Amino acid sequence: MEPMPKVTHHYLRTKKKFPNVWCAGCGIGIVMGAIIRAIDKLKLSRDEVVMISGIGCSSRMPVYVDFNTLHTTHGRPLAFGTGVKLAKPSLKVIVITGDGDALAIGGNHFIHACRRNIDLTTILINNQTYGMTGGQFAPTPPFMKMGTTAPYGNRERAFDIAKLAIAAGAPFVARGTVYHVVQLEKLVEQAILKKGFSLLEVISHCHTLYGRLNKEGGPIEMMRWQKDHAIPISAAGKVPPEKLRDKFLTGVLWDIDFPEYCEEYDKVIAEAQGKA
Amino acid sequence: MNTATDKKERLMQGNAACAEGAIAAGARFFAGYPITPSTEIAEYLARELPKVGGKFIQMEDEIASMAAVIGASVAGVKSMTATSGPGFSLIQEHIGYAYMAEVPCVIVDVQRGGPSTGLPTKVSQSDTMQARWGTHGDYNAIALGPSSVKECFDFTVRAFNLSEKYRTPVVVLMDEVLAHMREKVTLPDSSEMRVINRMKPTVPPEWYEHFEINPHFVSPMASFGEGYRFNITGLTHNPEGFPTSRPVVIKEKLDKLKNKITHNVNDIVEVRQEFMEDANVAVFAYGIVARSARQAIRMGRDKRIRVGLIQPLTIWPFPDEYMEHILEQLDLIIVAELNQGQLIREVNRVNRGRTRVRGLFRYDSELITPDQIFRKIREEK
Repeated sequence: MEPMPKVTHHYLRTKKKFPNVWCAGCGIGIVMGAIIRAIDKLKLSRDEVVMISGIGCSSRMPVYVDFNTLHTTHGRPLAFGTGVKLAKPSLKVIVITGDGDALAIGGNHFIHACRRNIDLTTILINNQTYGMTGGQFAPTPPFMKMGTTAPYGNRERAFDIAKLAIAAGAPFVARGTVYHVVQLEKLVEQAILKKGFSLLEVISHCHTLYGRLNKEGGPIEMMRWQKDHAIPISAAGKVPPEKLRDKFLTGVLWDIDFPEYCEEYDKVIAEAQGKA
Repeated sequence: MNTATDKKERLMQGNAACAEGAIAAGARFFAGYPITPSTEIAEYLARELPKVGGKFIQMEDEIASMAAVIGASVAGVKSMTATSGPGFSLIQEHIGYAYMAEVPCVIVDVQRGGPSTGLPTKVSQSDTMQARWGTHGDYNAIALGPSSVKECFDFTVRAFNLSEKYRTPVVVLMDEVLAHMREKVTLPDSSEMRVINRMKPTVPPEWYEHFEINPHFVSPMASFGEGYRFNITGLTHNPEGFPTSRPVVIKEKLDKLKNKITHNVNDIVEVRQEFMEDANVAVFAYGIVARSARQAIRMGRDKRIRVGLIQPLTIWPFPDEYMEHILEQLDLIIVAELNQGQLIREVNRVNRGRTRVRGLFRYDSELITPDQIFRKIREEK
């Protein structure tokens, strides 16, 4: 008997672009599955979903999914997304980016997208490395972690992505992991539903490069690390501070309301046309 | 405030005329970043675009502006950015993306002195070659060179038309003087104008290929949200828009980018010539310099020198065919440019040593005067 196709299979370009580029055991496919299930659950028409990405392993995702897909330049998917969304606000724009893409080359676009508050759902897959180019250090690994361009250990400080986004003005900031996949799916859903700029950081792993260089094991060991170090924000108050020190929080970290740019611009149009 | 719908004489600067041209051509999206001497285009459109239901956004830099312009065009809205020297350098990567992804859009480069920050408030034509070769990789470019305030309007309209027709970015090469100079203009109303919109697909979504290979080298273009659900990438791709590493498909794609221009040069290239019927001497100049040249040629004709003007209105592709022909009748051609000699390379390339080619270059921030050109004609004749 043929196995029942999963929900995700209905949304994949199975005849066009498979097999995918990701290593066996990579976390990016887990994120893709969570996004698809969230979209399916929300009953969004695939014609209205636009998936935009930059450059890197995670940014290959749009090629595989049956939406309107735009694979752009390194670091700039949020700027492309700004144009798409403002030109046609009826579209649901989901931006897929990585830690190097969004925070290094795209850092300027990232903070301004947070500040400007256009309704873009940004899913930032943080694997602490440049995977596609072979394991160079990103703006995200902890101090003294190894990368192919940090052979003596990385001497830079890492960005705290969520704090950066909150400080830059993002109204919705959440964090999940590829281990906590049920939670991840819900976070994607909330991020899509949020009116305004939403950032979902997903802690993932690159066992092929980062894991090997830093002797952190394979995908199983690295996902176990996620399991052991993630604290749901709802439980954070019950954990003694010394036990929080090397942990990270997951869940919705920040959720405020602020006027969304496209809606504000409609008011600009009304005012310019003397209808306000 | 006057808009393009009023038809009457008025005094306008080049930047404003360019902005009016964009609106008249159907542009409803502008993304930009403040930079002298192009800023008035952004200011004008920030005020005027919402009046016609269009959108203006000031981005965090020029790179983001060009990205937003491409995004808006992919969503189906005619879009434009305007910038100058350093900003034109910054957007080169995304102009390349627009070539590769075949996204119609218009880039106005109000040229100022360079390199680097250079001379923000001074005139120049030193981005002429950058408009052709600015981004990496192989591609063919379209660039237009207006020489009056009225032409800033007309050429911006034409830039949109060519861009939509051939699914390619088009550059309008203005300059600081043209941008800030005020002239009396009468703008046409919409009934007098030809506006071209991108060809839309007529096939059902399952047959649609966003980068279809066809004999015209231009594929019909669906927009996001219209049910076609295609992929766009800056990676070299197959007709469906998916990355490819197959040599045959790669070559076919790059040939398409080239051929859509080279097979249509007769439609794209425009040259204005004056007093060329009996001329054995010509001045070759574009943009603001062509106006000094026109005056110099009148001075020459008064002295019974058989001199004429060749003014390329399309800078890229270069008017090879016209030049090939006209160089036969000339003993001397003077190429006048506000740079250290950029288009003269093209003239020399087509000339292949047949006719004497002399350059008159000025890059000290001032315009080339009619008198300078006239003296050069007399010296070299």
